[in-house]
This record gives sequence, C-alpha cells and structure tokens, in this order.
Amino acid sequence: MSESFLSQYGADISTLTLEHLWLTGAAMLFAAAVAIPAGIWLTRSPRWAKPVIGLTNVLQTIPSLAMFGFLLPLPWLGERAARIAIVALTAYALLPILRNTYTGIRGIDPTLIEVARAIGLTGSQRLLKIELPLAASFIFAGLRTATVTCIGIATIAAAVGAGGLGELIFRGVASVDNRLVLAGAVPAALLALIADGALGLLERRFKVPGPESTRR
Amino acid sequence: MSTALEFRDISVIAANERRLLDRVSLAIEEGTVTAIIGRSGSGKTTLLRTANRMIEPASGEVLVAGASERDVVALRRKIGYVIQETGLFPHLTIERNVGIILEAEGRPREQRSDRVRELLQLVGLDPASFGHRYPHQLSGGQRQRAGLARALAAEARILLMDEPFGALDPLTRAEMQDMLRDLLKRVKTTVLLVTHDLDEALYLAARIVLMKEGKILVDVPSDKFLRSDHPEVVSYATAFHRGTSRKSAHEGGTA
Repeated sequence: MSESFLSQYGADISTLTLEHLWLTGAAMLFAAAVAIPAGIWLTRSPRWAKPVIGLTNVLQTIPSLAMFGFLLPLPWLGERAARIAIVALTAYALLPILRNTYTGIRGIDPTLIEVARAIGLTGSQRLLKIELPLAASFIFAGLRTATVTCIGIATIAAAVGAGGLGELIFRGVASVDNRLVLAGAVPAALLALIADGALGLLERRFKVPGPESTRR
Repeated sequence: MSTALEFRDISVIAANERRLLDRVSLAIEEGTVTAIIGRSGSGKTTLLRTANRMIEPASGEVLVAGASERDVVALRRKIGYVIQETGLFPHLTIERNVGIILEAEGRPREQRSDRVRELLQLVGLDPASFGHRYPHQLSGGQRQRAGLARALAAEARILLMDEPFGALDPLTRAEMQDMLRDLLKRVKTTVLLVTHDLDEALYLAARIVLMKEGKILVDVPSDKFLRSDHPEVVSYATAFHRGTSRKSAHEGGTA
C-alpha cells in the first residue's frame, strides 16, 4: 500500500479497527456472561442440554446478513446499528462457549466429582475449585472459536451501518478499489489471528497437567 | 470404649427395586479397624457410602459419635475418605490436594501449610520434594499416601477406605499396609475398610464383617475369622489358602 493511501485512510483504518474491537469485545463479554453460567446450569439440569444447545445451534445457522436484517426493525435495537451488531454477534458466540462449558464440565472424570463431594466441598467450592479449573481449557477453546468467528462476522455489520472494518471492505467493493478491500480485510484477519493466538495461549495455560486422562 | 460410628437398621434400595442393603445394623468402636469383606455386589461399598451420606438409606439411620448429623458437608469433613483411584485432583499440587479441605474451611495459609507438611511426613512423603509436584508425577503408592494424608487433613475421627490399595502391585501394597498399620498406632482414628483381600483384612483389622446379598453374615474378631465354621467363611478360607496349597501340591508332584 502506498504512503499516500495510508495517509489518506490511516486514521480511518485505526478508528474502524477500534470500532471492530469494541463490537466484538462487547459481544464476547455478553456472550460469555450468558453462555458460561448457562453451560454450568445445564450440567446441573442435563435434560435441558439438548433443547438449549439445539436452540443456540439454530441461531448459529442463520446467515449473518439475514440476522442483521431481522434485528433492524426491532424497537430500541434498531435505533443504533452498533446495538444490532452486538446482539447478533452475541447470538453467534453463544453456541461455542455454551457447548464447551457444558461438555468441559460434564466430561470431567466422575470419580473426581464424587471425591469432591465426599470430602465435604460445598456446591460452589466444587464448582470454583474443581469443575471450572478442570474445564477451563475447554471453556477457553470455546471462547477462542467464538471470538475468531465473531471478528469475521463483524465485518458484515457494516452493512447495517454499525461500522467496523467491514465499512472499508464494503466501500472498496462499491468503488471497485481492492486496496480499500484489503485495508479492511487485512486488519480484520490480523485481529482474528491475534485473538486466536492469545486465547490459544490461555487454553494451553489452563490445560490440566499430566498425561493421565481425567476425562470420560 | 465408645461407639464412633453406628449403622441402625439401614436399608438401601436400588432404582430397580433390588435391596442393596437389608436392615443392616453395625456399631464400630472408637479407634478400631473394622474390615468389611464380601463378594462383589454384596453391599460392602454401599454400606461404607451410607456413612458419609454419599448414599441416603431408604430407612434406618447412621450415627456418628452417637448423633445423627444433619449438615451433610460438616459430616463429610469429619469423615476421611480414601478410594482405590485416590481421586487426587490433577490440576492441584500435592500440597493443595492434601490441604483442600483446610482451604475450604478458610484456615489461614500458614496453618494450612504447617498441617500439610505434618501430614505428608506422617504418610512418609518428604514435603520438600513432593509438596509441589502434581499427582501424575507420583507413583501409585505415593499417590495413595497423598490420598491418605488428605483424608486425615481435617482431623478426621473416622476414616472410610474403599479398596484403598486394590490397584497397587503386591510389593507396594504390602508397604502401604505396613505404613497404614504403623500410622494408625499414632493417629487414633476409627477405620472402616472395605477390601476384597482377606489377607489385608486379617493383617489390618481387629474385626471382620462378612457381607452377602446386602446382609451381614459373619461379624467376628479377626483372629477368630478363619476358625469360623460358617460355610461362606469356609469358602473364603479355602480360596485364601488355595494359592499356597496349589503351589505345594505342584512342588510335591514334580519333586
């Protein structure tokens, strides 16, 4: 990319990158705040697991452009494009986090859960000291998948005027300017790679030590 | 001697209506080791697990030190629990595994680490070299020692042991039995030991309870067990002696 291009669009690229980060970051926080507790709850009421995970699965299958379109006419949400984007991205992020939280905890060797009960840990101590740490690498894997997916989908949010790096891509497509398309696509890809690497590190950091299988 | 643990008329019924325990009553004296033996499915583990209410009986009650404890968490903290798989938490160091109940009780860090050090020494593990290791870095016998230390952490007055040494090789198993015997002389704990191994029961316990189909068939001091003429004991004793008699018969035949 030439210097003049960067001087012309540099400020836009950085503002839109920050906007992209804000949209994805907010969605991930909401999704984690909903899906991790919901995943934990499902481990306690497994009969709900199939319908609830099924529902998030359905959300995942809605094409992103259609999802943004569905949300556009809704009151309050439709007033600000960023709200639509965050809600839609949250919906996409739910499934991987929910599924991984649920399977991460359910997959723990039942002997360990039984011992935790037998030695007198309370329900919350069992969750915080045993179950969540043992499932943590699974939960981080879910967060990683969700984040990488959402960074990609967030580029479509520009179609409803929510901003983000998609705006450069759409402008580039409309004006048949590949440099603009790349100015949006390359930072979005870099963000995805960085998020993938950083969350991958956390995933490995929380991996249960030892060759022994502690999972069913 | 007072009664540390008492089972009164305990019945446990499985989901398929099968009676796992059928009106079992048993009183365990404080500071003694009682072994429960029996075939697989005889109800021995079920009985053990009603003591810390991992299984709730359909009828009857379990008394600890003469009282029925309502708070199940408080009850379980008073009762140590050791199982064959050790159940050490793989993400915690040995030090944290052993001290987990003290941590759960909110005891200060310093008090916790002093107690953990003392317990590790008690079970023959050097705190300096084992405290910071993870369970997978220990051998089977060392893991079982750590599991025992954890069970004793909260000054447990009762120790439930379910086939604790069942997965160990014979030599390590013998070492562990010696260690436990020695340890129980120093720590006054009431032990209820479930085992398949008659040799282990005879070596460690003062009293042997033989169960079959959810009932207690024989309940005798261990030195009288092999002299019992109960048919089930006779079968046990025959099986117990078969290894030696087979070997001598074989040696006699080939000599």
